Parts: sequence; structure tokens; C-alpha cells
Amino acid sequence: MSAAVVPTVRIQREDFDVAAEIARLTQGRADIGAVVTFSGLCRDEQGALAALELEHYPGMAEAEISRIAVEAVQRWPLQGLTAIHRHGKIAPGDNIVLVVAASAHRQAAFEAANFLMDYLKSRAPFWKKEHRADGSEGGWVDAKEADTKAAQRWKPSE
Amino acid sequence: MTTRLIYFAWVRERIGLPEEDVDLPAGIETVADLLRWLKSRGEGYEHALQYPDVIRVAINQEHVEHREKISGAREIALFPPMTGG
Repeated sequence: MSAAVVPTVRIQREDFDVAAEIARLTQGRADIGAVVTFSGLCRDEQGALAALELEHYPGMAEAEISRIAVEAVQRWPLQGLTAIHRHGKIAPGDNIVLVVAASAHRQAAFEAANFLMDYLKSRAPFWKKEHRADGSEGGWVDAKEADTKAAQRWKPSE
Repeated sequence: MTTRLIYFAWVRERIGLPEEDVDLPAGIETVADLLRWLKSRGEGYEHALQYPDVIRVAINQEHVEHREKISGAREIALFPPMTGG
């Protein structure tokens, strides 16, 4: 058995490079058979949105995503796990979030990436505010019931 | 004891402060007590905490339920449901 995987979690204003993040997990090793990446991007909402402003709780954002990532590493046999979340003003088409999960076989990587995103959406302290293309302030994005439900499906059954 | 309260998103905007240090009066034992007390501190607080059930709370940077005791908390954050990802 290899040593316990320590997830990489970064909260940053700047963009990330998906290929570089995959390479960081896979370089120099031959035991990884599957890498799943998820990227979340800013949509323009049919041209109505000029930008999203992402506010976060410094300190807790890192801590909470790390707690979720450690749980993922305990639940699935992973060989690497990275989560990056941006904050600040993000334009349509630009990256917001990245998850990279690496494992020997694909199922663990798929499930861990899915789990991490579902939990991150309902537990990581980030809030999106819309800036509308017409110059008006769009207000805060409402949390979706569907995201809460998506996180609940990973709870172990009683 | 002084407790630091931190506000985010529309909770911050409605209260009109990003954070403040408060001396909690005696009898404020749980998160729910804290929300009830804060709500009575003025118009902005009343607006922010109009529906206390929707407010999420973290003590020392960890999520907690409203029934949680707040004794020993250095930092209590109040915010709306999260919309990251």
C-alpha cells in the first residue's frame, strides 16, 4: 500500500491550468490508471451576465474544502486529489473551480470528483454575486435546493 | 469575553459591517440566542436576520447548527446559504 494521499487545496484569485494540474498528479508515476477532472466555468446567461463576483471566507474556505477532500480520500482508493476554487471577479467563459481525482481504476476517480463537487457546492463558504450586462446590480445568487439534495445522496444510509 | 462576529454576502451588506467585536450579554448561550439578540440591535440587523432559519453559522471556521452552544467561541460567522462551485 502507498502512503495516505494528502489532497491539494488552493483558494486563489488567479486562473488555473488544467493540464498543468493533471501533470502535477501524474508526473513520474506509472500506477495511475484514471484521471477525472471537473471544471466549473462562469456562464453568460444568454448575454445577460457581465461577471460573477465570488466572495469567500478566508481561512474557512480552505479548511472546509480540505475537510471534504480528506473525506473523499478516506472513502475512495485515490492516488491524488486536487481542488482549486477561485474568488474575486470572474468573467463569462472563465474558470471558477477545478477538481482533479486520480486513481488506479476509473470508478473511484469519477465518484470522488462528483462527491467533492456536490459537497463543495453546499458547504464551502463562497457566495456569488451577479453583475448584469446592462450595468445594473444583479444581486446574490440563490442557493439551489437541487444542490443540497445532490450532497445528501452521499450520506451513508442509516 | 469579547467575541468577533463576521458577516458575509447579503448578511454583511444588510448589517452594513464586515465584522465587529461584541461583548455578549449574559444569557446568550446558543447560536439561536445570538441570532435573536443581534436581530434586536437595529434596522440593518433586523433586515439581515428577518428569517433566522436561513442563516448559516460557523464557529471558529466550522459549520454549526443553531442549537450549538457558543461558549468559548472566538469567531462566529453569519452568512447566507453557500453558492460556490
